[in-house]
Amino acid sequence: EVDLEVRLVELDLRSDSDVPDVPPPTDSTPEILKRALSGLSARWKNWWIRGILSLAMISVFFLIIYLGSFMLMLLVLSIQVKCYHEIITIGYRVYHSYDLPWFRSLSWYFLLCVNYFFYGETIADYFAMFVQRREQLQFLIRYHRFISFALYLTGFCMFVLSLVKKHYRLQFYMFAWTHVTLLITVTQSHLVIQNLFEGMIWFLVPISSVICNDITAYIFGFFFGRTPLIKLSPKKTWEGFIGGFFSTVVFGFIFSYFLAQHQYFVCPVEYNSETNRFVTECEPSELFQMQKYSVPPLVQAVVGWEVVNMYPFQMHSIALSTFASLIGPFGGFFASGFKRAFKIKDFADTIPGHGGIMDRFDCQYLMATFVHVYITSFIRGPNPSKLLKQLLILQPEQQLSVYKTLKSHLLEKGILQPSMRG
Amino acid sequence: PLNLQESESENKLDGETASDSESRSEFGGPPAVPTSDDTPEVLNRALSNLSSRWKNWWVRGILTLAMITFFFIIIYLGPMVLMTIVMCVQIKCFHEIITIGYNVYHSYDLPWFRTLSWYFLLCVNYFFYGETVTDYFFTLVQREEPLRILSRYHRFISFALYLTGFCMFVLSLVKKHYRLQFYMFGWTHVTLLIVVTQSHLIIHNLFEGMIWFIVPISCVICNDIMAYMFGFFFGRTPLIKLSPKKTWEGFIGGFFATVLFGWLLSYVMSGYRCFTCPVEFNNDTNSFTVDCEPSELFQLQEYNIPLVLQPVLGWKTVRMFPFQIHSIALSTFASLIGPFGGFFASGFKRAFKIKDFANTIPGHGGIMDRFDCQYLMATFVNVYIASFIRGPNPSKLIQQFLTLRPDQQLHIFNTLKAHLVDKGLLGGSEDA
Repeated sequence: EVDLEVRLVELDLRSDSDVPDVPPPTDSTPEILKRALSGLSARWKNWWIRGILSLAMISVFFLIIYLGSFMLMLLVLSIQVKCYHEIITIGYRVYHSYDLPWFRSLSWYFLLCVNYFFYGETIADYFAMFVQRREQLQFLIRYHRFISFALYLTGFCMFVLSLVKKHYRLQFYMFAWTHVTLLITVTQSHLVIQNLFEGMIWFLVPISSVICNDITAYIFGFFFGRTPLIKLSPKKTWEGFIGGFFSTVVFGFIFSYFLAQHQYFVCPVEYNSETNRFVTECEPSELFQMQKYSVPPLVQAVVGWEVVNMYPFQMHSIALSTFASLIGPFGGFFASGFKRAFKIKDFADTIPGHGGIMDRFDCQYLMATFVHVYITSFIRGPNPSKLLKQLLILQPEQQLSVYKTLKSHLLEKGILQPSMRG
Repeated sequence: PLNLQESESENKLDGETASDSESRSEFGGPPAVPTSDDTPEVLNRALSNLSSRWKNWWVRGILTLAMITFFFIIIYLGPMVLMTIVMCVQIKCFHEIITIGYNVYHSYDLPWFRTLSWYFLLCVNYFFYGETVTDYFFTLVQREEPLRILSRYHRFISFALYLTGFCMFVLSLVKKHYRLQFYMFGWTHVTLLIVVTQSHLIIHNLFEGMIWFIVPISCVICNDIMAYMFGFFFGRTPLIKLSPKKTWEGFIGGFFATVLFGWLLSYVMSGYRCFTCPVEFNNDTNSFTVDCEPSELFQLQEYNIPLVLQPVLGWKTVRMFPFQIHSIALSTFASLIGPFGGFFASGFKRAFKIKDFANTIPGHGGIMDRFDCQYLMATFVNVYIASFIRGPNPSKLIQQFLTLRPDQQLHIFNTLKAHLVDKGLLGGSEDA
């Protein structure tokens, strides 16, 4: 312990730039790739590895999409757990706090609590029929918030009891680090799942736009890049930024056109109690029905058409792609700043040539929240089954008064005919 | 000056130390927040004769009474004033914790950081107030056109405001200060999470009925005072290393005293409508009203005393309010779990080597020192109400219903109708 103290004193007295780097990640490239590429120079070799791994990741992505919603949910959950693990590990390294009492257990415990809370809130809504049939689940759902809070409090009290005189500050730092990480990774991953349930297209188009922006900005920067964009990331250029923006908008526009035609992507994911599986089958909403738009006179001359057939969703895709190109990169800059602040090259070395999972997903986080807020503000109303569930919990007098209000409203709007029964 | 200070601040980067041992000179130095004597002159002169130990005791006592009196006055003045006070307390707590962060990291000169912290505070408050206001002031909001638009796109607007702050932060990152800036960013967010969310939960509790605001807060205060007194007179066994002054005798004595106090206080308060009715905004008078038919929680009922207790008390039945049973749950939490909030704050103060959060209140320290136990309490009461007492808000449900599509509305209406017919609340052929 004396050595630890001495080391940290030295750490304190040095300025930021003198702090030694975290040891460079070991090369985890598989042997096969290494042999295949042994002939090339180091620069091309790196480029090829990155390229091959990019293709591999995109293929895995397509495969999972094919396998369906449930697999996607599992994938999102695994990524969330891995990102959390990566960030917490960085915290341990920064603070040399491997030996804090109970801290690893507590971090995983908090992750479990917060996930339990969020899954309970989402699952209860979508699996209403499933839950109705089972007594124990009904109890868990009804008192869900209380149970989650009790679980969290237990962790909090454990933390307070685990405070050790010599390590107070470190323990508080790790506590805060854990909570901020939970806030970033867990809430975002649940927003991603909510978007997914709205319709796979709301999951696919944003993620692909971010990936497309990454790749096209890189390519534009590679070929045309001259003016640096921001000091944080010296490799980014304005040419790459703007070129990436236009390419991503076009890509999003075209990609949505193709996806909007298939019910599999467009329909909200629902859980069928009889077959015990997720189904995506519905009457496509008007967002996904082809409509005629008049081309503005200015563009008419250029494009030569007077009227164009497109899906209203494509308009929304422009908003999504714009966000992915203009604001998404700030998530990347934030992660770059973070890595520079803590003197790490990559979050981890899970993916050869790319770094950790967090490195790939840093831009996605802002995107997921934006899509969720976008959907709740402009697209979707409240969830009908959730609303119904809440109505059924009300007191009988309240139910009656609500019933009367609804009835008068429906009669007024002509949705309900006065002589209809049942 | 910035260059000189930045090298100093990097050298004193005590953000990564593991040990708090006093033997090292950098950390045995003067506390981060100097505790100047803030006692008003009047008190100083009046108490100049007493020894310093008794003087301190008297100062604490007088200030305690002053705060409790202030509390009663605010309650008398009504919900609007209470909300304003909660808001002020929240801002002061935020300011105190952020100032500690600045002192710990010597980061007064980080570019834009003060502005950004206050900006984030504004954003999060805007978000929470928007959510509350939309629920409780529904009719008012629907009437005024600008408010209606703000409320319809509320989440989007809040998110856009937050994003602006986030992008400003990213653009403000300066090469030599990256780590400090990230620390302050994390510090600000954790503080927001603790301070702002809790204060809004308190306001939610308040709207449920002033009794849900007063009883929990009084229980925590009572537990503080009672545990102190029991500890003073009977204290022998130390409770926890974090707070050497706390004793098991104080803890247990405080528990029983608080449960009894909560019981009695609820009995007295449940009789008055101004405490038990939900706070509502009256559109015609444009003010808050507390007027309603008391719910069954606040109606006297006869309870049979368990046979075991009958010989002891001599009664067969007792008349009490069902709310008093809930008050036992609230007081129990205030006595058993609430102190953990206090221990957390003590650990925090020891970790960062500060004696008090600030010196706003003479003899007591800062606002945060008084409110550290209240935070867990506020969340607990809110979760308790949401889980066991209140159902969903009917007007909010109607509001959500009106935004659905017609076919969804019909589906819900028919299901509700079938449910009501099932329960016998609605005749099968009723038409109005």
